[in-house]
Amino acid sequence: MVGRSLVETTWDVVVVGGGNAALCAAITAAEKGASVLILEGAPKPYRGGNSRHTRNFRCMHRGPLSVLTDTYEEEEYFQDLLVVTKGKTDEGLARMAIRESEACLPWMEAHGVRFQPSLSGTLSLSRTNAFFLGGGKALVNAYYNTAEDLGVRAVYEAQVVHVGLEDGRFTHVEVELGGETLRVEGKAVVLAAGGFQADIDWLARAWGPSARNFLIRGTPYNRGVVLKDLLDQGAESIGDPTQCHAVAIDGRAPKYDGGIATRIDCVPFSIVVNRDGQRFYDEGEDVWPKRYAIWGRLVAAQPDQMAYAIIDHKSIDLFMPTVFPPVKAETIEGLAQRLGLPAPALKETVEGFNRACREGTFHPTELDGLATEGVSPEKTNWARPLDTPPYYGYLLRPGVTFTYLGLKVDETARVTGQNGRYANIWAAGEIMAGNVLGEGYLAGFGMTIGTVFGRIAGREAADHVL
Amino acid sequence: MSSDAATPSLLQFAGDAEGEAALAEARRQIEICNACRYCEGFCAVFPAMTRQKAFSDGDMTQLANLCHNCRGCYYSCQYTAPHEFDLNVPGILAEVRQDSWSRCAWPAALGRVFHRHGVAVAAALVTGFAFLLLLIQSLRPEAGQGFYAFLSHNAMVAVFLPAFLLPLAALAVGLRRYWREVGGSPLRGRHLVAAFKDAAVLRNLDGGQGQGCNFEKGDRYSNERRFAHQATLYGFLLCFAATSVATLMHYLFDMPAPYGLFSLPKLLGLSGGLLLCLGTLRLAMLKARGERDLGAPRVWGGEMAFVLLLFFVSLSGLVLYAASGTAIGTGAVSWLLALHLGSVLAFFLLTPYSKMAHGFYRLAALAREAQQREAKP
Repeated sequence: MVGRSLVETTWDVVVVGGGNAALCAAITAAEKGASVLILEGAPKPYRGGNSRHTRNFRCMHRGPLSVLTDTYEEEEYFQDLLVVTKGKTDEGLARMAIRESEACLPWMEAHGVRFQPSLSGTLSLSRTNAFFLGGGKALVNAYYNTAEDLGVRAVYEAQVVHVGLEDGRFTHVEVELGGETLRVEGKAVVLAAGGFQADIDWLARAWGPSARNFLIRGTPYNRGVVLKDLLDQGAESIGDPTQCHAVAIDGRAPKYDGGIATRIDCVPFSIVVNRDGQRFYDEGEDVWPKRYAIWGRLVAAQPDQMAYAIIDHKSIDLFMPTVFPPVKAETIEGLAQRLGLPAPALKETVEGFNRACREGTFHPTELDGLATEGVSPEKTNWARPLDTPPYYGYLLRPGVTFTYLGLKVDETARVTGQNGRYANIWAAGEIMAGNVLGEGYLAGFGMTIGTVFGRIAGREAADHVL
Repeated sequence: MSSDAATPSLLQFAGDAEGEAALAEARRQIEICNACRYCEGFCAVFPAMTRQKAFSDGDMTQLANLCHNCRGCYYSCQYTAPHEFDLNVPGILAEVRQDSWSRCAWPAALGRVFHRHGVAVAAALVTGFAFLLLLIQSLRPEAGQGFYAFLSHNAMVAVFLPAFLLPLAALAVGLRRYWREVGGSPLRGRHLVAAFKDAAVLRNLDGGQGQGCNFEKGDRYSNERRFAHQATLYGFLLCFAATSVATLMHYLFDMPAPYGLFSLPKLLGLSGGLLLCLGTLRLAMLKARGERDLGAPRVWGGEMAFVLLLFFVSLSGLVLYAASGTAIGTGAVSWLLALHLGSVLAFFLLTPYSKMAHGFYRLAALAREAQQREAKP
């Protein structure tokens, strides 16, 4: 029944996907008067893709803006992006996204999104990132309500399996809904269906078999079906097809969808060892917000893609609480046993590390230069001996956030095919984030890309049709 | 707040396995929240949570009573069912809160009965009616004006003074138990002022930004419940003020009832009665629409019965007033008076053991929160 009402209409704008970018596109197009259909692959409780797990939006501003303090100008924002991407970005598109972000914030507020001051433990972001009251799911709820009020039709559990093209023009999508495959026609399409990180087979083909041990931090519904379909039909790709963004998270987290709560912030105050009880990297290289992103990769390179962060009682209150309680023991050997690590090896590692620690002033919130001497790898900050029981251990695994492979777009979010730009296909969000984010990650930038390009895509698609 | 959850339980569960299970489940959920913190801006619960990593039983009681069941955190939560974390924070805190009221009530057995069973509330109400009818029929005075023609002033005082004071004494015992359980320090005036300020505007039901709570409209915000609650609260306070003023006029100024329409007791009582009537009616309608699982479903009946009891108190008061002013109504006054006074009697006596108690425990929780904010902002 749902199906029939979908196929009887030729929609002005079909939006494939149901997260932030999709909703921004749908709302913008509907406000211009287009009839809009959202095809969300997930069931309603899981709607919103990875946006469900987000918490903030990185926003340029030339003065205090809503909950944002001070200023954060284009140049500084762009330099921050350059640092994390090591230059793998399209400067024109990136600067455009940055400049547009300033107008996005009031637009978001006008469409139901509420912001709150920086969360406790995230004061370092109060100038650059505007936090959503209630997090990303609250934002997604607000947008769905706004879209509904505008007459947008949203259908859940509607997996688009094919985007129909004729002579470089989009004509229809094939969508699986309620056990049927339906042909839904439209005059324009916005592709906002995310990356492929939840397709473990694809990830394993791209990254290598060890990717099967990775956890997926976000939605299980981003399987790259639409992305693959477009690439198979000759759309131009962008971004390293073998790479994904991964951080080190609690190894006991669910395979999918663990989200923010599974993060582990204790690494700078710990020693991190692998399955064999050996350290493998400087845990105190920099403050955690600047280093958490590299630890996914570091852990991924260890045997079985596992590592163990170990602290003593002195450090237990220095970082955000974890979603699962740590493994705890009165001795290092006891801890090794409980973690399944070789006790003699761990004991030797800890003793060697402790001998290398020097006297000095420990300062948890800044680079304190309290470094080891004569141990390899060295720990260059916050190096204190592990000597005060009880000892605590956290299992770490790589948690994949998103993939970089995407559809190439221009500054109007229009997708590029073999023979130039498609006439009526736009893309927004993670499916095209690789255009501006070729490597690394900048907190809150995914939502910026989704919002900016979602709004552009919605506007352009509606203008094309109307 | 004590931060050592390993200390032995202070709470006397006395074989209450259900209560202990609820507490353990609440602790599991709150520890997940504490690792997420997306909801900090909604209400006082989440900032209070971030003050510790481990939660003692007393901490859980305090957080549960601080929660005003606005449900903002539930609809915003990425970890609600079918997610395996299966969070329903307003629901589980409602269970823990309910247990704390039953446990603190004195005597506790009464708390268990009336919180849970609407039928028990109704039975108390009928008993109140019967008692008042009996009084009016057997003690009808020789003379008297207004309602005193049916029941003398002295008889009313003899019934309602203890019916007012005994529940207050029971509540005081309950609050003392609560305060001990949550580890409260000596109360200062400023903590109470802070608590009354929060309660005056129901700050913890405003969604953090005045947009309201998530109740009758799912994930859309609405202030309806907050406004209906405040109409009920202020309506009740106005009625209470009317009685207090009348008492003063009677004893201090020798001005016994009945009073004219433009007297202070009548103006306060009428406006209060109307507010109470509309507020409780709206609350009952909203309650029928909200999702039951986001509260404590086992006490839904008791809560609804209490709202309806308050509605009946206000409605019968208004009808009584209207009837007593007309010739036709006069014949019904003795019945109406029994109905009204009977419901008031039931309401007073049930206060420590019904939803009415929530106001007192909430104030205690808000005052405790003010203390803790001061100690560790």
